[in-house]
Amino acid sequence: MRELIGLCQKLLRDGDVKVVIGYEEGPRGVRPAVITDPAGCERLVFDHRAVHNLVAYLSPRRGHLRDLGRAAVVVKGCDVAAFATLLRESQLEREGAVLVGVRCGGVYRSAAGSGPLDEKNVADRCGDCGLREPGTVDHLVGELPAAPPVSGRRAARIAEIENMSPAERFAYWREVLADCVRCNACRSACPLCVCERCLADKTDPRWVESSPHPRGNLSWHMARALHLAGRCVDCGDCERACPFGIPLTLINGKVGLVMRERFGFAPGEDPEVPAPIGTFDTDDSQEFIR
Amino acid sequence: MDSVAATDTEQAVTAAFEPRIIAFVCNWCTYTGADLAGTSRIQMAPNVRIIRLPCTGRIDPLFIVKAFERGADGVIVSGCHPGDCHYSSGNFHARRRFAVAREIMGFFGIDTGRVVFSWVSASEGRKWSEVVNDATSQVRALGPFTAYRDLAAGKG
Repeated sequence: MRELIGLCQKLLRDGDVKVVIGYEEGPRGVRPAVITDPAGCERLVFDHRAVHNLVAYLSPRRGHLRDLGRAAVVVKGCDVAAFATLLRESQLEREGAVLVGVRCGGVYRSAAGSGPLDEKNVADRCGDCGLREPGTVDHLVGELPAAPPVSGRRAARIAEIENMSPAERFAYWREVLADCVRCNACRSACPLCVCERCLADKTDPRWVESSPHPRGNLSWHMARALHLAGRCVDCGDCERACPFGIPLTLINGKVGLVMRERFGFAPGEDPEVPAPIGTFDTDDSQEFIR
Repeated sequence: MDSVAATDTEQAVTAAFEPRIIAFVCNWCTYTGADLAGTSRIQMAPNVRIIRLPCTGRIDPLFIVKAFERGADGVIVSGCHPGDCHYSSGNFHARRRFAVAREIMGFFGIDTGRVVFSWVSASEGRKWSEVVNDATSQVRALGPFTAYRDLAAGKG
């Protein structure tokens, strides 16, 4: 921890950055912290509760944070994948931020988690993580902790849904999405929802009904999944932001599976690796087209 | 008495179910192919309403969702064969997008049998009629997409 604090203090003192975005103790576990003063870096913490993807604060949509100046961001490997996606899409410049990578031993499902990491409390995405020691960051701190346990919970749930009949699946999602009030917290929390004007806000034509109505809810969540296909890094911030606990990571997980199975694509930290959507191969499989 | 009458009517409606199918087709190949099918006087199911777009690459998967929202029972998406795209690569991009969209829609419970994808060139009037007939019988077998209509009505 001293290493992280010392590094961030040095970055601020040397004027490399104007602001450090990291984690601090909050009322319910850790929370994101925006620190502009070297002394404030003493508040920085990093442990299994560091669930948030702080790259979200670099998104061009968050102009108020950008106005503070160049930022140093505390990132896990999975967060670097989001940064790489934004670079790939020319939303950011590499020099625009200093990435302070932390070697990661996995995180809880919630920022308020406690106790040793186990199959029950570990985040679904951590199981087969290949990015625990990010390679494309500017600074890398900490010792590499033991690998996190693997949770098969989400994979099992997705398989369960896949094994339903289409009518049952439709009914399932209808019921689950009935809770959605279309507050757009999922969209706001997402580090990769970068459109200046979301299609869900378009009124001419009205793409997606904006009232919390079952039909618009279904369209919105399908649109969200489609727009994140090949981009989502599975940080799960959408699901954590959801005030109704809608299992959005089931959808993201399914999208991730499709990307892996069809295109052999998994989110990584290299922005030069082309995204599967927006590129093509003339030999792409087309078994569903007659 | 009323409820009996209502049931009879519903049965009559089901028996006479004619699927409403929306076809999103590309201007250069499938639309011309469909035109050829027409001018060749090839008989085919009258259930398909065609919406012409410049390219399959212009067909956002949300068009398909929108068609279901507005009461379609099935959707056909068709364009130029790979390699034949008027804009060189629109259909290659579309193919990837549709591959993903199809699986996502399936995951949300839209029966993938309701969405038919095909490549129909300008000279394949016969193939277009087969696509139309097969899609119509396939969707007829699946029945009306009442689940989606109930969403619209807020029922269920």
